[in-house]
Amino acid sequence: MSALPLLQVRDLKVHFPVRGGGLFPTTIPLKAVDGVSFDLAPGETLGIVGESGCGKSTLGRAVLQLLPATAGAVAWFGEDLTKLDKHALKARRRDMQIVFQDPLASLDPRMTAGDIIAEPLRNYHPEFSSADRKARVAKMMEQVGLHPAMINRYPHEFSGGQCQRIGIARAMILGPKLVVCDEPVSALDVSIRAQVVNLLMDLQRATGVAMLFISHDLAVVRHISHRVMVLYLGRVMELADRDSLYRAPRHPYTQSLMSAVPIPDPAKERARTRALLTGDLPSPLYPPSGCVFRTRCPKATEICSDVVPPRESAGPQHEVACHHWRD
Amino acid sequence: MQSVLDIKNLTVRFATADGEVAAVSDVSLSVGKGECLGIVGESGSGKSQTFMAAMGLLARNGRATGEVMFGYMNLLTAKEQTLNTVRGNKLAMIFQDPMTSLTPHMKVGRQLTEVLVRHCGLNAAAARTAAIEMLGRVRIPEAARRFDMYPHELSGGLRQRVMIAMALLCGPELIIADEPTTALDVTVQAQILALIRSTREEFNTSIILITHDLGVVAGLADRVAVMYAGRIVEIGDVDQIFNAPRHPYTKGLLACTPRLDDPATATLATIPGQPPNLQHLPRGCAYHPRCPYVMDRCRVESPKLLPTGAGQNACFLDDLDVRAAS
Amino acid sequence: MTLTPILAQTDALEAALAPTVAGRSLWQDAWRRLRANRAAVASLIILCVIAFASFIGPYLLPWTYDQIDWDHIEALPPDFALGHYLGTDSLGRDLLARTLYGGRVSLSVGILATFVALAIGVSVGAIAGFIGGKTDQLLMRFVDLLYAVPLTFFVIILMVVFGRNFVLIFLAIGAVEWLTMARIVRGQTLTLRRKEFIEAARASGGSTTAIILRHILPNVLGVVIVYVTLTIPQVILLESFLSFLGLGVQDPRTSWGMLINDGAAELEINPRTLIVPAIFMTATLFCFNFLGDGLRDALDPKDR
Repeated sequence: MSALPLLQVRDLKVHFPVRGGGLFPTTIPLKAVDGVSFDLAPGETLGIVGESGCGKSTLGRAVLQLLPATAGAVAWFGEDLTKLDKHALKARRRDMQIVFQDPLASLDPRMTAGDIIAEPLRNYHPEFSSADRKARVAKMMEQVGLHPAMINRYPHEFSGGQCQRIGIARAMILGPKLVVCDEPVSALDVSIRAQVVNLLMDLQRATGVAMLFISHDLAVVRHISHRVMVLYLGRVMELADRDSLYRAPRHPYTQSLMSAVPIPDPAKERARTRALLTGDLPSPLYPPSGCVFRTRCPKATEICSDVVPPRESAGPQHEVACHHWRD
Repeated sequence: MQSVLDIKNLTVRFATADGEVAAVSDVSLSVGKGECLGIVGESGSGKSQTFMAAMGLLARNGRATGEVMFGYMNLLTAKEQTLNTVRGNKLAMIFQDPMTSLTPHMKVGRQLTEVLVRHCGLNAAAARTAAIEMLGRVRIPEAARRFDMYPHELSGGLRQRVMIAMALLCGPELIIADEPTTALDVTVQAQILALIRSTREEFNTSIILITHDLGVVAGLADRVAVMYAGRIVEIGDVDQIFNAPRHPYTKGLLACTPRLDDPATATLATIPGQPPNLQHLPRGCAYHPRCPYVMDRCRVESPKLLPTGAGQNACFLDDLDVRAAS
Repeated sequence: MTLTPILAQTDALEAALAPTVAGRSLWQDAWRRLRANRAAVASLIILCVIAFASFIGPYLLPWTYDQIDWDHIEALPPDFALGHYLGTDSLGRDLLARTLYGGRVSLSVGILATFVALAIGVSVGAIAGFIGGKTDQLLMRFVDLLYAVPLTFFVIILMVVFGRNFVLIFLAIGAVEWLTMARIVRGQTLTLRRKEFIEAARASGGSTTAIILRHILPNVLGVVIVYVTLTIPQVILLESFLSFLGLGVQDPRTSWGMLINDGAAELEINPRTLIVPAIFMTATLFCFNFLGDGLRDALDPKDR
């Protein structure tokens, strides 16, 4: 890995003010992301997993400055993005893009596929002639597996998988250094999911783009990521190298997540004993004290409610935030 | 085995602005007593519409033909009134999003007791006791307190438990669960699946589990039907479908599902192309444009679902196998 | 940047099978649905005929709207020899010429005032909805304030300050009608703003102006068009109301509202003078409403 990381996120917090109830409502901070730190090297994929409400999508948007950070720093080649003005930010944005979950909703229904893919070009290269733009769009369409003959079609004329390819083409056309993929395959059919995952991996191999791959699907994340970060209620539970995390998850939350994923093999499913988590996610408005996972954790003891567990090293490239990971 | 639900040659057509579209074509299947049948398919495979038609819940532009026997009653020709006495009583349904299937402005308890009063003829007090007991049985903590809550005050997992409790209230013979865990997180999904498994053992109800997730089916179903473009392409015992699939689509679906128990490979296997567009289905076998084993015959002729081994399969490759064997 | 082309084989196949390269936009879809709606198409044709007759017709008639035929006061129709096809009114003016001229005034006021409302309403609504925060608060409170001003009072003040003027009527009406338009566009923009494609546009470096022009406006246009077709008849009615109060156009100029007002006065002696303009006006209002309904069905997002 190179010396200077592409992205250094330090103690990033994103809080949303929420109006409380009652006669004299006060605002309570909803801590969507609460003190997340990680590095991302060029050409690397960091998988971000967690259940709904864990703040993974908010984190992705805060990294891209699409949402304002409450505290902390997002350093892009050492330069803090949270301190940049609008103009400087626009220049940096050229290199960071996003792919969304809902393929159809992320495309303007009144624009053609060609216009959608060309939009970043219009914003950053207004000097290009329309013929030049069209040629680049056609080339990009081929690279994402869309036939250039479909350039004048509208989003509703494409299938979900094809729409997602258009979204990916729009994100890739400027040759970015980072793409945040926010659940890019969750809304797709099983048979299309694998196509899109392979496409993203091929594009990464060809262009060296780094990715933040946000997903709730542990199997897909394992497939595409180099490293994986597990979030729970806005905090990092575990951050490790892909193989080390899936071979030996240290955090009780990661362990229960893995055992909850169903395996398409009836014999294995029958033989499996599950460590079922009890209860539901606590409200992020009132997170538990100490370790946020303690209310559902099978290993929780007294210390967990008093002290926030620090991130400890549990081996090379493996960090875990739990008081009891050694047990 | 005595069958609870018997579907014969069910076809569902929808009238749309661009002409008539067949969402389900000539589907026949049956569910035995106490059996769990998994229905697997992608969007547009007709897996939900098959059972919406069976329950008489089709959208207004839909029309179903064929026969759906539930006991001695043909559900397709039954009157709305008769259907209402069966639905929610002997035949219950669980939907993907419990928020939309529970009435938002009515307390959970009211919705439960109403079913009991209407279908089982209990009085209000008895219904209340029975409903709270049922909430406890689907392992809702503090059942008596949740009884007086509104649906939006419950989490997604609890709402789905309430739906299951409601489905179980009148001791149904068959529960149709349409993507019951798709809207839930994995850890909650595991809880709900465990609950469905245990209720099945406890009440000996038959279950039809409709899902796109092969993992969910593997853990729960006894038999599995795989649907594609409105037809069943393969149906068989769960072990056979997962360990020795015969139809190329089943094989492809299994191969392209990333799994946690496999060593991670560099590239995932894929099924090329797009899911079927019911408005422009290809001639012959609907799967042929995506099939790696496509033959000339597949392009013109539609294969029938024929018995092979322990199950049934709709593919011309079987003919070749038979010929090769003889 | 060099990339190896990775063309999915079946997409190529599909493109080859369906060589319809040109896509069908949502507008084309809507147009197709509208054409299938008989009431809407008939309305559109009738409206075109009325508009054509109102703007061209007066030039083809032998009489102008203010010419008085002293010899044929309250002539009975049809009088082909003299060219009073629908007779004359109590001052001997040709009824058809006056009705068509009145249509010209009413339709101009309706269309121009609506476009004034459209321009102000859409810009204010889109800006308030998209930028939000203090800007939104300020603009919408201003709208609320204007809502509270009574229309007739407002028009009278304008008349007193600027004198009676044809332009003033549609400016005044437009200045009132834009309020609703602004609210509708703001509401639409608020829902659009949360859509992922707007976020995608921001992520790909689009400025606020570019996003409003490129993404917000084309997407609110459907609702706006429907509202425009429903506003035009509303404005025509408003204008006749103002004319009725004597705040509209002045004799010998006329509008449908004024003609109906005059006709009502001589209903018992000469009902034609009421019936003819009334038929024209109601037909127009009906057609606009039918067309608006048809457009709403054609553009209905639920059908997508």
